[in-house]
Amino acid sequence: MLTRRIIACLDVTGGRVVKGVQFVDLIDAGDPAELAARHAESGADEIVLLDITATHEGRGTLIDAVRRAASQIFIPFTVGGGVRALEDAASLFDAGADKISVNSAALTRPALIDEIGARFGAQAVIVAIDARRADGGADVYVNGGRTLAGRKALDWAREAEQRGAGEILLTSMDADGTRAGFDCELTAEVSAAVQIPVIASGGAGSAAHFTEVFKRGKADAALAASIFHFGIADVRALKRELAGDGIPVRLPC
Amino acid sequence: MIVVVDYKAGNLASVMKALVAVGADAVSTSDPEMVRGAERIILPGVGHFQATDFLCRHGLREAIGERAAAGVPFLGICVGLQWLFQGSTEAPGVAGLGIFDGLCDRFEPGQKVPHVGWNSLAVKENSRLLASLADGTFVYFTHSYRAPVSHATVAVTEYGGPFAAAVEDGNVMGVQFHPEKSGAAGLRILRNFVELPC
Repeated sequence: MLTRRIIACLDVTGGRVVKGVQFVDLIDAGDPAELAARHAESGADEIVLLDITATHEGRGTLIDAVRRAASQIFIPFTVGGGVRALEDAASLFDAGADKISVNSAALTRPALIDEIGARFGAQAVIVAIDARRADGGADVYVNGGRTLAGRKALDWAREAEQRGAGEILLTSMDADGTRAGFDCELTAEVSAAVQIPVIASGGAGSAAHFTEVFKRGKADAALAASIFHFGIADVRALKRELAGDGIPVRLPC
Repeated sequence: MIVVVDYKAGNLASVMKALVAVGADAVSTSDPEMVRGAERIILPGVGHFQATDFLCRHGLREAIGERAAAGVPFLGICVGLQWLFQGSTEAPGVAGLGIFDGLCDRFEPGQKVPHVGWNSLAVKENSRLLASLADGTFVYFTHSYRAPVSHATVAVTEYGGPFAAAVEDGNVMGVQFHPEKSGAAGLRILRNFVELPC
């Protein structure tokens, strides 16, 4: 049976993993390669490395971090943040990424999805959508949730699928950082609108939140960043709780 | 020497990296002469079945076919497994190697496609490739087309119905999942392959 995936996300800036709440009060949390290996060891189904500042100058450091992390992990490895052109994606694939996550640049120029998919396969392109609830359906935001993109989340998810995205990474800007649970309604709406898998992100605070987003939110996978810094010991502990709730997960792992 | 066939579909980096991790000496190439000199051949692949047309156009199909017939251990991964069949409805104009009968076909409507994530293997006991793997082992898949179950199937996975997750007939083997991305279980399978007598 296909299991629901738990994806460990590492927020990286300047080649170091950082943790904080809603991109502020960042503190150093360690080396990306070392943390990626530790999460893989503790049962994560995939690793996502997100360059949260994505400066032009920091690109070399990011590539180096990707290369070092990729040499140590043998589970799917996604890299996102600052992918603006096909060449950005190509250099990350070269460094060992299996999938690339695109966000703002794809909204500016949607053909970027087609281009990466055509060269590296549809399964290698994840379209990340930052959405916030609004009248008439959730709106898409760019620039870390600060700027309206002028698109509705459901329309954009459908277009991303048509252009060949392999998965949608949906972050609820309403839920993000609250630790009060995923936005299950929004996740379920997007999941029903597309045939490709949907990864839920934003709001995880407890194992029960994951159970809820898998059952009610119809998520195929859920992403967690800071949850492993408080409350839940590691991915394996989280999976044991989910298995107890009847969610199919990869155990032993 | 293990030759990993480069047919410009997706990236080979993760397969090469996993082979290093199991202590294997591997090289990637698009040169049919190097394929002819290989002790073992791996055909990886993510992407479209159409990409296997490259194998035809560059003399690789012939080279692989010869060596596989001569008993050289061969492992196809993902599209590399599908290519062992007669073809795929994904690219009707492109013939597979045809060692196994049947056509690969898209998952039935009603399932999320691609089939992405960790799914379990129902393992047959007689597989050398999957030796020492427990029944129910989880491995990582990402694909939209799948191969039919046949006499050569050594592991079945369920996703809206059963499909061939692994095939094996003598020295010719294939896996639909990605051993290079399937953690310890995947590395075990690659180690089984590189340790086969040849």
